[in-house]
Amino acid sequence: MGTTASQLRKDLLSEYQWRLMHVFFRAHKRFSELLSKEDRNLPTPRVPMEKVLSLPELKSNPFRKRICHVFSTSDMKDGSLTFEDFLDLLSAFSDSATLEIKSHYAFRIFDFDDDGTLDGGDLEKLVNCLTGETDDTRLTTEEMRQLISNILEESDIDKDGTVNLSEFQHVISRSPDFVRSVQI
Amino acid sequence: MANSVDFNLSPIMELELESLREDDTAQDSMCQLIRVTGTGLESGSPETLEMEVLTTEGRDRMASQMSDVRERADERRLQRSEESMQTDLLVRNRWSAATLRVLSSMPSRSVGQQSRLEIISQCNIRSTQLRRYHRQNQDVSLSSRPRIRGYGIEADSEDVCEEETKRQELVINLQSLSAGDRVRMMRATPLSLAEKTKLRKLAFSDKVGQSLLSSQVPCCSLLKRALYHVLFGCLFILSSLQLWQVALKRLGGRFGTGVLSYFLFLRTLLLFNVFLFLINSLFLVLPQAIHPPLHTPSSHRVTGLELFTGTGYLSNSLMFYGYYTNSTINTSCRPDEATAGTGCGTTSDPHMMAYNIPLAYFFTIGITFFITGIVLVYSMSKSFGRSFRVFKSQGNLAIKVFSSWDFKVSKKMSVRLQSENITTQLKELLSEVNGGEEEKGRLSGMALHLLAWSISLGSTFFCALGIHCFAKHMHLRRLEDAEGEVSLVHEARLLALPGVVSCGNLLLPGLFNLVSWMENYNSPIVRLYVSIFRNLLLKVSILGVLCYHWLGKIAAEPEQHGLQCWESFVGQELYRFLLMDFIFTVLYTVFGEYIWKLFSQGVLRRRRKPVFDIARNVLELIYGQTLTWLGVLFTPLLPAVQIIKLLLLFYMKKSSLLVNCQASRKLWRASQMSTLFISLLCFPSFLGTSVSVIYTMWTIKPSSGCGPFRNLPFMFHSGKQWAQELKSTNPKLAWLNWVHSCLVENPLFLFLMAGVFLMVIYVNTQVLDGQRKIISLLQEQMENEGKDKKFLITRLQAIHEERQRPLSPSSRPQPQGSEV
Repeated sequence: MGTTASQLRKDLLSEYQWRLMHVFFRAHKRFSELLSKEDRNLPTPRVPMEKVLSLPELKSNPFRKRICHVFSTSDMKDGSLTFEDFLDLLSAFSDSATLEIKSHYAFRIFDFDDDGTLDGGDLEKLVNCLTGETDDTRLTTEEMRQLISNILEESDIDKDGTVNLSEFQHVISRSPDFVRSVQI
Repeated sequence: MANSVDFNLSPIMELELESLREDDTAQDSMCQLIRVTGTGLESGSPETLEMEVLTTEGRDRMASQMSDVRERADERRLQRSEESMQTDLLVRNRWSAATLRVLSSMPSRSVGQQSRLEIISQCNIRSTQLRRYHRQNQDVSLSSRPRIRGYGIEADSEDVCEEETKRQELVINLQSLSAGDRVRMMRATPLSLAEKTKLRKLAFSDKVGQSLLSSQVPCCSLLKRALYHVLFGCLFILSSLQLWQVALKRLGGRFGTGVLSYFLFLRTLLLFNVFLFLINSLFLVLPQAIHPPLHTPSSHRVTGLELFTGTGYLSNSLMFYGYYTNSTINTSCRPDEATAGTGCGTTSDPHMMAYNIPLAYFFTIGITFFITGIVLVYSMSKSFGRSFRVFKSQGNLAIKVFSSWDFKVSKKMSVRLQSENITTQLKELLSEVNGGEEEKGRLSGMALHLLAWSISLGSTFFCALGIHCFAKHMHLRRLEDAEGEVSLVHEARLLALPGVVSCGNLLLPGLFNLVSWMENYNSPIVRLYVSIFRNLLLKVSILGVLCYHWLGKIAAEPEQHGLQCWESFVGQELYRFLLMDFIFTVLYTVFGEYIWKLFSQGVLRRRRKPVFDIARNVLELIYGQTLTWLGVLFTPLLPAVQIIKLLLLFYMKKSSLLVNCQASRKLWRASQMSTLFISLLCFPSFLGTSVSVIYTMWTIKPSSGCGPFRNLPFMFHSGKQWAQELKSTNPKLAWLNWVHSCLVENPLFLFLMAGVFLMVIYVNTQVLDGQRKIISLLQEQMENEGKDKKFLITRLQAIHEERQRPLSPSSRPQPQGSEV
């Protein structure tokens, strides 16, 4: 990939704590594997979303599409990732990322309509992702309605009907397992 | 929930909103509207809420005509609830375009849209606060409560320039922070990589050289950076050597964090033992190995059984206490010149290095225990801090929904299993919230609990009693055997007691499981804690009986039991116990789990494989570690045995898990459980062993025939002797003697330490209480702010609707367009 790549690498290296260096090179290797041959010569290659979704860590994850959309910086909003986006993804899901970063990204992943808050529709989609695709694991409408109202009651502090980022972070801070579970 | 105001956008209003966004004049006027509204409210008079007419009014009129009926109904409702506007929350179906515009640009909702600006502003505030904290500047008045932030609303009109100014401010703030703070701030900010590199370039472009080892910096910070580099170098090497990382990741991916916590605990124990082993071998075993003492070689037949019983040729080896001399080793001595008790002649040569073995023994064991204790308490407090939550809230549905998805799980089957788990838990929680708990026949429930507890306690008691009697019996048999000739059968009998104890350890937890299956607990967590408590009680009572037997009976009257060297004997017993425990665990894993799997799948016809019992396995680990710690004083090489055992156990359990078991359906609160395990390791286990070791060293008379303390009345006298020697030979070091007598011999020191400890605990409890009070106050405040927000929005809407009312007699002046 030439001089631009090595330049990029130096900048990026200085960004991360260097004990992640071996993680960095592993990530680069995996990213290059996802690229097609002709894309490798581009200065800032992009991996389309389908290729990213073929990664074993993301393949069965119900939030995989949202993850791609959140970390993608493409103008066409197609979920494609550059190497920097890929690094962002890995670093946000690593075990050295702080609670703040994880909760920020988790909030954006759960915000299905990208409006900045988790309203009833977002929560419903979230619960459906959690409970799976099959019919026998989904909640009934009545249960869903009750679940959403309970969630809002517990977490919506200013009672505006939605959960914004601060309220989300407040709920998360009560759960000690969050940091450990949002890891790949 | 009927009290919440519905701020949802209806589809019609969304379209209007889109068209509004393109209208610049509308945006301008909206900003002014808000400013006016804001100032109007601050001054408190409702008259100043009369706003300039906006160009959006035309649009609004059109929109309002579409839903005239609903507006009239709204008006009626508005009139009715005029009095209780502040507390009564209205459900609105249609807000006006103006209100919606305001709503969508509220700072609390601008995470996704104006993400960068918002984050940069947040970062700004935090870095300013940090700078203020560092300089203790009282003049900077930053309100930490985010009221109507000016930039959130102005951003609509000057998006890009605003970002630039904010970025500049942030860069200035960052430059004024110290390097460590800067790095930490950058790490904690959720900006994308490109943003961070840009900020970095801007912030540090004026520094000379961007590499960390810049030569222009003063020497002490250069030294600090060099030290950091060295430290990171070691950490890097250590982390790349991280044991079993790939295997653990696979296990976590398939079974989840619960099972993973067991293996992480195993790894922690391994590290403790490696540390023990290294220190012991460096300071104790190696010096003694290089200068072996003279002893009469006894004829032992080499049979394989020695490995298991620890007797025979092993009993006079480095493994056990009896081997160690009580003399000072001089390095220039040749082994054949050494005589017991005097060393090699006089230490006239000043260049000879003298190594006092008894002193080394005493201090090595003492210091390793001390360091282990400190590390344990530190990791326990850290783990506790991570999992303890100051403010316990009512429900935990929200937490469950937001944080129960384990992103590590990657296999399809496991993902499906996890979804099923979560569904089950959610349904259970919902039904709990709904119906409350049914009142099962309370009396029969109580009777059942009572029965279960009496069964478990009774079986524990009888087990302990049985072990006590059996141990006494075995000693008598041993005495008889010792009078006769040594034969294989007699040696094998030594293994009987450990075998019986391990059997009890294996079978009784099964009984406890059965008993708890019979009972009905309301929550699985209570059931888990009860089962852990019963198992713990069993192991504590067994170990208590054995310790009483060894330290209380055998050590007190060793001649009665026909022993010249009781410490070696106790060491050998502990070695046998450790080994038998391992053998029985292997047998149980290979036969028990595998056969149970066949049984449950074949006979009981269950679809699922059995579940890995985490609590029981962890307690087994703690039991093994307790035996090791008990035995370190008598068998310095016992940690090596434990290391080998743990390594083999890891691979065995891993393969058994992959073949026989599957992930649990029950919730496993990993971090709370890890805290529990570490505290169980610290409190009953480590505390008990350190108490028994201290008791041995301080009150039991060492045997006079063997070992490094053979001529001393008590073990700690070696230290006392050395301190007195120092005082006589080198008066300048007399203070060491004083220190020694204060710390080691005087119990007042312990009381002082305990007092300080209690004080620290009390202060922390008070701080926690205060924090709880503050949290509830802040929550109240937040609710009030929410009510304020609703009041403002409804007021805004009401004002707007009033203006919409056509043919109002109190007509206002004509629209004047947008003016400041």
